[in-house]
Amino acid sequence: MTGFAAGGPVIPNFGGGASSYACERANRLFCGGWVSRNWSPVLWPALRQHIVLTLIAISIGFVLSMILALIAYRRGWVERPVLIVTSILYTIPSLALFELLEPTFGLTLTTAEIALVSYTLLILFRNTLTGLREVPAEVKDAARGMGMSPRQSLLRVELPLAAPAIIAGLRIAAVTVISLGTVASFIDDQGLGVPILTAISNGVFKTEIVVAGAMAVGLALIADGLLVILQRVLTPWTRAHR
Amino acid sequence: MSTANTAQPEGSSASRQAATLELRDVAKHYPGQRQPAIADLSFTVGAGEVCVLVGPSGSGKTTALRLINRMIEPSGGDILLGGESVLGREPHQLRRHIGYVIQQIGLFPHFTVAENIATVPRLLGWDKRRTAARVQELLELVGLDPDEIGPRYPAQLSGGQRQRIGVARALAADPPLMLMDEPFGAIDPITRTRLQDEFKRLQAQVQKTVVFVTHDIDEAIKMGDKIAILREGGHLAQYDSPAKILIDPADEFVAEFVGADRALKRLGLETLDEVKLLPPNGAVSSPTVTRSTSVRDALSAILADGGRPVTVVDESGKPAGTVTLELLGGLLR
Amino acid sequence: MTSLLATSTFVQAFQFIGRDGQVPGVPHLPTLIHLTLETLKIAAIGVGISVLIGLPIGLWLGHLHKGSFIAINLGNVWRSLPSLALLAFGVAVLGLGLANVELALIVLAVPPIITNAYVAIDGVEGDAVDAARGTGLTEWQILRQVELPLGIPLIFAGIRTAALFVVSTTTIAALTGYSGSLGDIIDNETSYHLSGVLGAAICIAALALVVELLLAALQRALTPKGLKVTGREDLAGTLTPVVETA
Repeated sequence: MTGFAAGGPVIPNFGGGASSYACERANRLFCGGWVSRNWSPVLWPALRQHIVLTLIAISIGFVLSMILALIAYRRGWVERPVLIVTSILYTIPSLALFELLEPTFGLTLTTAEIALVSYTLLILFRNTLTGLREVPAEVKDAARGMGMSPRQSLLRVELPLAAPAIIAGLRIAAVTVISLGTVASFIDDQGLGVPILTAISNGVFKTEIVVAGAMAVGLALIADGLLVILQRVLTPWTRAHR
Repeated sequence: MSTANTAQPEGSSASRQAATLELRDVAKHYPGQRQPAIADLSFTVGAGEVCVLVGPSGSGKTTALRLINRMIEPSGGDILLGGESVLGREPHQLRRHIGYVIQQIGLFPHFTVAENIATVPRLLGWDKRRTAARVQELLELVGLDPDEIGPRYPAQLSGGQRQRIGVARALAADPPLMLMDEPFGAIDPITRTRLQDEFKRLQAQVQKTVVFVTHDIDEAIKMGDKIAILREGGHLAQYDSPAKILIDPADEFVAEFVGADRALKRLGLETLDEVKLLPPNGAVSSPTVTRSTSVRDALSAILADGGRPVTVVDESGKPAGTVTLELLGGLLR
Repeated sequence: MTSLLATSTFVQAFQFIGRDGQVPGVPHLPTLIHLTLETLKIAAIGVGISVLIGLPIGLWLGHLHKGSFIAINLGNVWRSLPSLALLAFGVAVLGLGLANVELALIVLAVPPIITNAYVAIDGVEGDAVDAARGTGLTEWQILRQVELPLGIPLIFAGIRTAALFVVSTTTIAALTGYSGSLGDIIDNETSYHLSGVLGAAICIAALALVVELLLAALQRALTPKGLKVTGREDLAGTLTPVVETA
């Protein structure tokens, strides 16, 4: 289960070694030298893997939840079963869910992705469905009365008006996935959790923990910020008022 | 501004773009309800006429309206637009050729005003230039500045402006029929009067066939060429011109609905222009009335002044005649 | 066939649970019951302290309608904190131990409690509060008798979100070396084998669901009758907080 051997020299021995490792030996909270030395072999790959992990999970989660929400939008009875299933998935602690998938899918990226996608479903499904339902009734009536087919109304009126709620859901989902992705490293040996777990396993190495953790937080804030910008770009009318 | 290449020319040949509408034994039953919402409704609206559906709540007037553009499917009977049954046409296509204005308007918040108005032309595949020209034309028609209002979003407009845009949007593809469901219902009385007057002016210009739903008999009398008074269950109590309904209500229900003051309402339909005035009597009353004052308002002025004769002045303010209680009262006979 | 392998592993997992966590051939392992109770204990302490800290702050800020910027953005920042990093950082700073774990739990649990309590109270209809003030109730009475009952759904949504993450993070603590929770088993596959790990995972999942359902029942019990009429208080609708449109 402790499969994070890959990745090159991560932990310099605390004792012994050249004087340039003084910071590491003292195990201070932040060693700039260590960071620059380990950026290419350790930190950047971990970040890259984490970004890929997140993008895949969010994309699949978005598509799945959109399909489910559209079905539930047309056939109301679908909502409850979907909510129950996605709620249960969301409630299962991440570590447990990863493990429950392991017998069938092994210690792979797939396992991690399946679990991470499951965590996004509830919030994305809910927000999308609610966003669609909150489109004012008279707007839908006008769209239909003017001769839009149900598909045209959905694509030109209802989905655009639901966009703010959908993007709000994406923000929450993205941040959740980035955060849980660190735990996923325990399973698939990828992502920003790898440096963190490595740093704990051989006596606690503070710099690595702090830097990897900060990168995860930074990544989440950037993702959130990008989505906020996306929303501003896609929905200019939300800022118009008398 | 030339209207060539945008829509059918307005004016006298506008009747080309206004169709007759006929409801024939139309019925609507909802499953699980004992009484039908509409039992058996038949009437005809001539091209270019405004027909007002009016009645108490539960009379099925909105249902009847929504049957015409098949927002609700009829259970029985037929509806003919320009002689052709609407039931045979594909609903979405049908609705693109019927103007639709509802009480809450339903402007698309995410479209600019221009994009809102361009909705049906876009659905019909008009090219950009034609659409843009039409949008401009319509904004001017409803009294709004195209350059200023066009790029705005509905959230930036006042209620009255939104109402006008709703009408403009319905007129965009120059439909032969307009359906309006209590379009002025959600507005304050002052703005409502103004919008009603504007719509009458507009209608005089474009001369569309209009079916207009309201619960307000006064609005019906003001706006309608023909009024259809509906009773509970969609039963047609009377279908006539406003004057005939006021003079000769078909039954007690109509008489009651129209109001005990129907004689006075009738006087509201005529102006002093149509009355033979008495010669000026030397004195000038205060206040005065003009020839365009309605007979009813003139009567009100007389009564306000204690029954004394009221002077009618012309445009320059000079006395042109006198009206008295006896004279105006005699019009009722 | 992986599915066959999976099925047999699951069967073994249930056997593992039936044996209360004992693995044949490995002596002196802590029992599942013991580990589950320990997990609950840790989580309860974490949630308890977080509620004690966060609830008053959130309720009072909401009542005063002040500090919305902090209250709402606290929620945003919180979500981005990876619990693993937080735990590891705690180990780094405080060393291994219960205090470190609880600290991480509290840091994770307090923000959603504050944010939701704030939104719950802040969002109570101004009219109801005005009327209450007009009849001469003190601020404290208003909070207790008007705002608090009306705010129960959202307040509990915050507490349940917090509880969910606390239970989740408690198990993750085992990855950082803290022993004394069900996570130990997951971190120790060599001793327990995959079937054991799976058994522990099943127990964790069950534990989390039970905690959620209990809190949901508690919420329903505390919700004033008038609010319950909406009928949206069902399993699906309340396993997780209401839609957040940040």
